[in-house]
Amino acid sequence: MTDHILSQNSPAAHDIDIARSRETRRHRLNAVLRYALLTAVGLLMLYPLIWLIGASFKTNSEIFSNPGFWPENPTLDGYIKGWKTSTPYSFGTFFLNTLWIVIPKVIGTAISCTAVAYGFARFDFPGKKILFAALIATLLLPNVVTRIPQYLIFRDLGWLDSYLPLWVPSALAGDAFFVFMLVQFLRAIPRDMEEAARVDGATTWQTLIFIVVPLLMPALISVCLFQFMWTMNDFLGPLIYISSVDKYPISLALKLSIDTTEAFEWNRVLAMSVLSLAPALAVFFLAQKYFIDGISSGGIKG
Amino acid sequence: MSGDNRFLGLIYLSPFVIGLLVFTALPFIASLYLSFTNYNLMNEPVFTGLQNYIRLFTGDRTFRKSLWVTLVYVFTTVPLKLAFALFMAVILNYKLKFINVFRTAYYVPSILGGSIAIAVLWRYIFADVGLVNMGLTTLGFEPVNWFGDPTNALFTITLLRLWQFGSAMVIFLAALQSIDKTLYEAASIDGAGKWTSFVYITLPLITPVIFFNLIMQMVQAFQEFNGPYIITQGGPLKSTYLLPIYIYDEAFKRFDMGYASAIAWVLFLIIMALTLIAFWSSRHWVYYAGDKRS
Repeated sequence: MTDHILSQNSPAAHDIDIARSRETRRHRLNAVLRYALLTAVGLLMLYPLIWLIGASFKTNSEIFSNPGFWPENPTLDGYIKGWKTSTPYSFGTFFLNTLWIVIPKVIGTAISCTAVAYGFARFDFPGKKILFAALIATLLLPNVVTRIPQYLIFRDLGWLDSYLPLWVPSALAGDAFFVFMLVQFLRAIPRDMEEAARVDGATTWQTLIFIVVPLLMPALISVCLFQFMWTMNDFLGPLIYISSVDKYPISLALKLSIDTTEAFEWNRVLAMSVLSLAPALAVFFLAQKYFIDGISSGGIKG
Repeated sequence: MSGDNRFLGLIYLSPFVIGLLVFTALPFIASLYLSFTNYNLMNEPVFTGLQNYIRLFTGDRTFRKSLWVTLVYVFTTVPLKLAFALFMAVILNYKLKFINVFRTAYYVPSILGGSIAIAVLWRYIFADVGLVNMGLTTLGFEPVNWFGDPTNALFTITLLRLWQFGSAMVIFLAALQSIDKTLYEAASIDGAGKWTSFVYITLPLITPVIFFNLIMQMVQAFQEFNGPYIITQGGPLKSTYLLPIYIYDEAFKRFDMGYASAIAWVLFLIIMALTLIAFWSSRHWVYYAGDKRS
């Protein structure tokens, strides 16, 4: 308002106009520089992935001679032969194995972490402080120190070469990150509705299912998505516990393919790499809001 | 509620308590015990006192090399990654259209980066005639022998981590966006420039997030496995033979569980010591809003 009056009446209006247009020009230059830098970094970051997709349609001789994206003689050879693999099983088997690891693990994580977070956020009981401290300690405890005895425990249980070592710890709320994230989320939700439900005679169990879980849904979706991604990418777990090729997930199958065919059949390996990244990419683009929200609010590792 | 059993909460916690005891607490103690034994899976563990640790620190040149490489890797990767993530977050924290597009694009490598497919891709793009060298030759530079030279090989592993700066950047960006804009206006009225504002307003206000990212990235970097295992197989000349790979080889290839546990404990104690130093020093450099101390 004052600006408006000044520019009409004051003799200094001309100077102010000059100053303002200089300011605008500076802003515009600033924005252009930022866009240029952001675009350059973005292209540099994403080009390896773009190249990967192009290269998976190239012939073997072209992969190491053409730095461009576009294949000169596009071929589906890599996909067709790569899908068959050098094992008696097709890549489809390895995909199904991966899903058979991922889905029970995600479900177990969601259920156990919700229950545990509810217990921490809504109840008082003896030993709560110690248990919460233990949760934080687990969060910071490097897995490397517990891995060997865990292997011995699973061996004694007779669970080696099965998916149980991958499923069971997660189904027992073993991923402290997710519990912590859900506890933080629950603490920020007002308890009014839960208390009203309890006054009306609902049990804590009913309150959890019908009131807390719906409110918790955005955070719970983030948890499921992160667990999905991490399990899809997990390599060390299957490497230690799974020994039969027919039970391999795609991460081990890819490792196997670079050991057996890499010397000459590059496009097969690249084609199968593209396929193995596809589910994670698709899920990410469909649900990116939950990833960004999850990581910026709960403080998730990445 | 008043009528509730006071142990009701523990029922909801029971999965966690069982998991904590069986899969965390017990293995934690067991691995400490194993580190004092000789155990090759065939016989029962034999208690040998400090022998594993003595062998580690006096006779094992692989361990010394591996420890050194691990420290170099962590102390280069973590600061570079945090600095780059913060820099990009500052650039993004501006009234820009498409800010979400850039944020998403930068975050994609963090989602995929841990996968084996990306490690495989890294092998191909840093190969002798791979994408990077093709690019260098096109631009008129000499091609680089990435996997044959010890320094270069470790650098490719570091680059794979740097490439995944997106997750740290998103956390920085959220912190930057939550800073009260009036602080900057007040500072600029007092004559502070952009850089002064950044050093005296922005940096102190995001120290809690810097601290968080520092701890998380450090703990992860010390446990890096997939990258060096797939891309360089620890070579050449063990220049990318990080401790987690050494532990894996001792435990699951040579089945020397006692010795592997001892290495794991040394790694664990290093991580703990650095985490404690970070926590202890945080009193002097981390600023929490509403805290009277500073």
